[in-house]
Amino acid sequence: MGAALLMAPLLLFLVLAYAWPFLGVVKWSVTLPTPGLGQYSALATDALVQSVFIRTLRIALIVTVVSVAAAYAITMVWVRGSPAQRIVAEFCILVPFWISVLTRAFGWVALLSNRGLINTWLQSIGFISEPLALVRNEFGVIVGMTHFLIPFAVFPLASAMRSLDERVLLAARGLGSSRMRTFWTVFVPMTRSGIIGSAMIVFVFSLGFFVTPAILGGGRSVMIAELIYLRIFQSPDWGLGAAISVVLVLFVGALMALLFRYVRPKQLI
Amino acid sequence: MQQPGRAAEIKAIGIGKSFGSFRALDNLSLNIGRGEFLTLLGPSGSGKTTFLMILAGFVQPTEGKLFSDGVDITERPAEQRAAGMVFQGYALFPHMSVEANIAFPLKVRKKSTAEIKRRVAEMIERVGLKGHETKLPAQLSGGQQQRVALARALVFEPGVLLLDEPFSALDKSLRGQMQAEMKRLHQETGTTFVFVTHDQSEALALSSRVAIFNHGKLLQVGAPDEVYDRPANRFVAEFLGEINMLPLKGVKRADDGATALCEDRAITLRGNAEAVNGNAILAIRPEHMSIAREAAAGENGIAATAVGSTYLGAATKLDLTTRQGAKVTVSVPNEVAAAALSKGNSVWLTWPAEKGFLLPDGG
Repeated sequence: MGAALLMAPLLLFLVLAYAWPFLGVVKWSVTLPTPGLGQYSALATDALVQSVFIRTLRIALIVTVVSVAAAYAITMVWVRGSPAQRIVAEFCILVPFWISVLTRAFGWVALLSNRGLINTWLQSIGFISEPLALVRNEFGVIVGMTHFLIPFAVFPLASAMRSLDERVLLAARGLGSSRMRTFWTVFVPMTRSGIIGSAMIVFVFSLGFFVTPAILGGGRSVMIAELIYLRIFQSPDWGLGAAISVVLVLFVGALMALLFRYVRPKQLI
Repeated sequence: MQQPGRAAEIKAIGIGKSFGSFRALDNLSLNIGRGEFLTLLGPSGSGKTTFLMILAGFVQPTEGKLFSDGVDITERPAEQRAAGMVFQGYALFPHMSVEANIAFPLKVRKKSTAEIKRRVAEMIERVGLKGHETKLPAQLSGGQQQRVALARALVFEPGVLLLDEPFSALDKSLRGQMQAEMKRLHQETGTTFVFVTHDQSEALALSSRVAIFNHGKLLQVGAPDEVYDRPANRFVAEFLGEINMLPLKGVKRADDGATALCEDRAITLRGNAEAVNGNAILAIRPEHMSIAREAAAGENGIAATAVGSTYLGAATKLDLTTRQGAKVTVSVPNEVAAAALSKGNSVWLTWPAEKGFLLPDGG
């Protein structure tokens, strides 16, 4: 009873802020402009919507692989490094949380644009004559999203690495296994739940990204969240925008259900 | 399975290890013979585990040298030493099946698939894990996990097997069973076994030699009966089991031992009486003393009063106080204890001359 009372405000908030409005969105998707499932069948045939879906999945996949790999290295330093290394790693993991996603996206524009720091420098040393296309395309989006998501990928990995029994690694070495082999055949498999959890979190986050792709994609690398925004705020097509939203939510829900079949929520923090 | 010649002979010379200002191991020199079963015995923090970790190559000694079959291996990393190791808590690979766990050291050594299959099957048979090949460690009982750990450490025929308190997590009956099994594996493989424990009865039951540690120092090495019957000092004497200590006066060396005064009675000792003169302590195990109506002339004996008893089933532990107030415990047949307690409580304690030994006074 006491626990239920403590949970009540959170549940109320979730219902009012998420569940109720989402039901409204579902309603739009089957009533606008005319009642029926017309928007969903349009979705299945609309070439633009499909290409955006595929691009979103592709970007999310690349971002996930790069983020988890980078986070794995950082987490190893954070959990298993020397005391000094741990402090540096902790700093690198926590500081990004204090800087707004918008600030970071513009920071990347300043670095990556045609007259940005990287291109100017490469031209000044004569390495390139024409600026490289680093932003306003998929590459820029992937860089910005990866940068934002690495810290989120760290925590499930850290949880898995912390709970690992050090003696098992000693045992592997004692049985003749090199450090490299021990890493790949013992350490990595033993942190499997952390890798799955970390990948799922990054992937699900990536699917709904809006600000970073909107700024670093420059309208040329539209992802699903930006498409929804365009359908609702720019072309008066609320029904289609709502239908895409519903499909995205269902897809993410299915992924989360899959995640929790393999990983317990406790292992994600 | 293995030629006894494959077993390693290990020589440690002046090994020391400091962790900051803490001296974990001090100037330890020890030879471990080919095919020997050596137990490192001591209380926790005595340095026995540190020495095992140095043998395995997981800990680098601060000073001293380590030789295996005459080759200096002091600087050799653990993965190149090829010592089998069984950890406290087993340290099995949780994501690998029983079979894969046992095959691991062979795969590392790039043996052929056929050979790996054959040797793993052989090992599984040997440790009695048939039918459990595809199970994960989490699906096994403690005793079965122990067997996997032993199989994994022995399958690549290491020159030496290192065991770090492998039985500490098992209940008593399983413990006895695993001890017997380990003794059998030692005989069958002929490998050198180095076994760490803080359990003195386990050490005495299993080993061909026992090395006793305290405060980072190796105090004594010897066969179980040797260290039990002739401990080098008071710590060893007390650590290996219950012992009675009686103050002696006027110790004088004689041809084959010594003579002394114990509670104003002349007694004799045979055997170790080296370097002790004047005052000393007489140490005798409880099972080596008997209760008598009186001590004959020339027999070792002192008068005492029985004050209490503990029934142990096969025997009774009888507590006595001597005339000068020393407390003594003897282990005697049940009816002897009952008789001693009933008839006025006044009895004589006697012991054979060769069963008592001298310890330096206060040391």
